[in-house]
Amino acid sequence: MATESVVHTAMTLHDHLPVLQILVPFIAAPLTVFIGSRALAWPISFASSVVSLVIAWLLLMQVIDGDVISYHIGGWAPPLGIEYRVDAANAFVVFLVAAISVVVLPFAKVSVAYEVPLRDHALFYSAYLLCFSGLMGVAITGDAFNVFVFLEISSLSTYVLIAAGAGKDKRALTAAYDYLIMGTIGATFFVIGIGFLYMGTGTLNMADLAQRIAAQGGNRTIEAGFAFILVGIGLKLAFYPLHLWLPNAYTYAPSAVSAFLAATATKVAVYVLLRFCFTVFGPAFGFEVLTLQYVVLPLAVVAMFASSFVAVFQSDFKRMLAYSSIAQIGYMLLGIAFLTETGVTAAIVHLFNHGITKAALFMAVGAYVLRAGDTFYNDIAGLGRKMPWTSAAVVIGGLSLIGVPGTAGFISKWVLVQAAFEKGWWPVALLIVASSLLAVIYVWRVVEVLYLQPAREDSTATEAPLTMLVPIWVAALACIWFGIDTDTTLGAARTAAAGLLNLPGQ
Amino acid sequence: MDWDFIVGHVNYWLFIVLMMTGLYIVVAKGNLVKKIVGLNIFQTAVFMLYISVGKIDGGTAPIFPTDMKIDPAVVYSNPLPHVLILTAIVVGIATTSLGLALIVRIREAYGTIEEDGIYQIEKDIAAEEYRLHNELKSRRS
Repeated sequence: MATESVVHTAMTLHDHLPVLQILVPFIAAPLTVFIGSRALAWPISFASSVVSLVIAWLLLMQVIDGDVISYHIGGWAPPLGIEYRVDAANAFVVFLVAAISVVVLPFAKVSVAYEVPLRDHALFYSAYLLCFSGLMGVAITGDAFNVFVFLEISSLSTYVLIAAGAGKDKRALTAAYDYLIMGTIGATFFVIGIGFLYMGTGTLNMADLAQRIAAQGGNRTIEAGFAFILVGIGLKLAFYPLHLWLPNAYTYAPSAVSAFLAATATKVAVYVLLRFCFTVFGPAFGFEVLTLQYVVLPLAVVAMFASSFVAVFQSDFKRMLAYSSIAQIGYMLLGIAFLTETGVTAAIVHLFNHGITKAALFMAVGAYVLRAGDTFYNDIAGLGRKMPWTSAAVVIGGLSLIGVPGTAGFISKWVLVQAAFEKGWWPVALLIVASSLLAVIYVWRVVEVLYLQPAREDSTATEAPLTMLVPIWVAALACIWFGIDTDTTLGAARTAAAGLLNLPGQ
Repeated sequence: MDWDFIVGHVNYWLFIVLMMTGLYIVVAKGNLVKKIVGLNIFQTAVFMLYISVGKIDGGTAPIFPTDMKIDPAVVYSNPLPHVLILTAIVVGIATTSLGLALIVRIREAYGTIEEDGIYQIEKDIAAEEYRLHNELKSRRS
């Protein structure tokens, strides 16, 4: 009897993986508050992140061949009940978020202890876990309204996390407030869009929405819905003219938060855009094709140049990285705007590769903050010799940001250029290469400051502690690993793209 | 666009007016608390849009009789949008409280909750940073 029930439990647990993915960090978040112990907050966060990563890996392995897992919350069948729908695309994104969390948290222990007042630690990690589970929830759910709910869970906790930087610089508070205003406008636009879709179709399940929109074709209501969703998600992912919240938010947030958000939050928003553009509306929806080609594509190109250009003139390493993030989002949107399988593959691969690159770079920023106090070029001048390991990781991350062959950044830009050529849009391909040259300039400025300038006389910087160096190097080595072994990422991205575009899987 | 169309879409007109009022306050007002108020009006407009969409002509409240003998002739309004908006209201309250909490902290740190004042203080901080770093740079070279 006892053995039977154990077997039964194991079976159920396995079936419940999609919801456990979200629930583990989601339950852990209030737990850290109720226990209230600063010493236990970090271990609980780390343990639940590791569990999430294991679950994400199990899910990814189940769907990597193009299968789809449909999980019904509370046993209510879709389209009425909420469905968690796991396919290659979102399993990949969930895996990225969980992996980044597991890498960033060991780094965060020292960094947060330095940058956030001790009395806030339990609450800080609780907000972190909520943000973490919210981001994974956005990716995993198959219900349009549920996306909004998870989006707000992650956003609200993000505002708190950014404001936690106030101990170091009070401008974190206004950065968080600005983001709260813009993020809420974005989320409300998104929910208006979903309202229009519900009016037009009478359903909220994404698969069901896709069928009904395909059956009835576009009409004014659906088109208005698409426009609202595009603008709403555009605000969340820092789509070029809607990016104004991002530089301040990333600059004044605690370094560990910047590293986690830069690598995951905007990426998850890009995934939502992908999901709506391809699964819900589909390339057959003419209005979307026109919007993507005549609105999104030009703005993506402008983002690539304008933000890179601004990044060149920054004198703060962290702020430079924030602007570079906006430019990199431009590449992902460009891939989406191509509306081809190669283009979408490029967007998904870049989403992953840029995630690990920015994680490495922002964690290096955290190491400089710990040792030099700040990341202005004057403060980090000459640290290439004082902090050789951290700085070497910055060089690797920088090369990946530019897209030098042998790094992860090269692979995604290569696929993106390929997609441009496939379409015969060679001017766009040239623009991609030209904007990468701007990246060379802003990365070189940092390398020059680190290695060729003398250090400040009063600088007492020494190499970062091992708990920071190991995560930084894990991310930096991942940049190289995924630049050489492309089968894993490109393969998963191709399956995901094929799934999104409803092509037969490979 | 005839009279029937205008009257028949009255909920949408109200939604648009309320939404634009809220959005205007968020953009135009310099006081941080007023911005939050604007945000609330903006969100309330969306709640109204959802709830009015659930209304069906001649429909009554979607509550089944206790004996569950449902008369097929009775039309019920659609309860789903109401449920969705219940969630959205909770999200709205959370946003408002977080926004107000941030304003309290901003008031403590800056001594003002007017955008102009905050902007001026931040400009001064940035100018001071710039001066300091230029000085350091010239001293080194």
